[in-house]
Amino acid sequence: MELTDRVCVAQARAGDADAFRVLVERHSRSLFRLAYRMTGNESDAEDVVQESFMRAYRQLDKFDERASFGTWLYRITANCSLDLMRSKKRRSEQMAPADPDRDDPILNLPSTAPSPEREALSGQVRDRVAEALQELSATERTAFVLRHFEGMCIEEVSRVLDCAPGAAKHSVFRAVQKLRRALEPLVSTAG
Amino acid sequence: MTHLSEEELVLHYYGEEGDTLAAEQHLDACGDCRAHYASLQRVLNIVDGLPLPERDAEYGERVWRRIEAQIPARRRRWMGWLPARARWAATATAMASLLVVAFFAGRSTTPGHRGGAIAKADPKSGERVLLVAVGDYLERSQMVLIELANANPKHPLDISAEQERAADLVSESGLYRQTAVHVGDTAVADVLDDLDRVLLEIAHSPSRLSPGELNNLRQRLEAEGILFKIRVLGANVRNQEESAPEQTSAGRQKL
Repeated sequence: MELTDRVCVAQARAGDADAFRVLVERHSRSLFRLAYRMTGNESDAEDVVQESFMRAYRQLDKFDERASFGTWLYRITANCSLDLMRSKKRRSEQMAPADPDRDDPILNLPSTAPSPEREALSGQVRDRVAEALQELSATERTAFVLRHFEGMCIEEVSRVLDCAPGAAKHSVFRAVQKLRRALEPLVSTAG
Repeated sequence: MTHLSEEELVLHYYGEEGDTLAAEQHLDACGDCRAHYASLQRVLNIVDGLPLPERDAEYGERVWRRIEAQIPARRRRWMGWLPARARWAATATAMASLLVVAFFAGRSTTPGHRGGAIAKADPKSGERVLLVAVGDYLERSQMVLIELANANPKHPLDISAEQERAADLVSESGLYRQTAVHVGDTAVADVLDDLDRVLLEIAHSPSRLSPGELNNLRQRLEAEGILFKIRVLGANVRNQEESAPEQTSAGRQKL
């Protein structure tokens, strides 16, 4: 019989490493998808997944058993991704003069390695979409990914970002607005 | 006619809030807004088309293999099945009971026979409570210190999680120390004192430490030799814990 997350968490808290292993094996793939969408880079996403589980393990005693463990992990992963994106931003600012027009840019472009899925979008359009996502601030990208791809409601997004729902809503809106401005010419051309 | 704003169109797309029916009716009636909305949908459809690399079914296993060695062992905890607050409350109650027993034992005997009286009044169960609780406390303290001692960041490190754990540990330590003093274990009380100072320092440090600050902290930990003291005391406690059920009431052993 498959152990529920709740049972595994209780056993892991009591010192059972195998129970935590079940949780790692169960949630790794979905956390990778989230981390990739946040960071836009496979290697960074893998690092984020590992760091997220390490943080989760260290904070296991703080997890409220009434909450969903998966959602709690998502929150940790989103925050790890945010930390990574911000630290990359700081590093790049130290290396290059700041561009005042770029509010908290994300510096990783998704991998451009060819694959059958990537052929679905033409190379030019794909690169433009990647660039448009790159131009969002870390907060905007997080809010957009959680709302658009992960289907979280604004209330949940605000909990992840640790901000008021109004601010989370505004971040989603700003992200869509920026994407629209960047990508609308492509849509018009295609249409 | 008042057109739908860009924000209203985005919120309508996500079904987030507002009068959905009114927005739909407006879109049915207004060609301009319908065109804007269709354009928004096309843009977001393009974003959806961005490929997402998948990981195979064994990915979770690989992640575990990578992190397994870095995960500090969690020894089965004192009442580990209880939530943290309940565990602490139960420990505090048990410790307080032990103190009361020790206090009355001291009052009812002459000074020369104090040790023997405590042996009678301090049954094996009470001793085991102290051993297990202190063992668990030392192990959790050690985990916090090891994580900080082994961190090797190239950038400022956020230690807020470790600080919270250190503050929780400090709030627990008083009762253990008091109990140890009461039952005459000055060695335990001394180590708990040293540990308390270190944990307090961590709890009150800035929550983001630069690599240099972290290195200073690490050097102070080494200078205090606190990890060594904890390990030695922890090993003694574990040995006593294992032999506690077999002990007779001949006398209380020191930790």
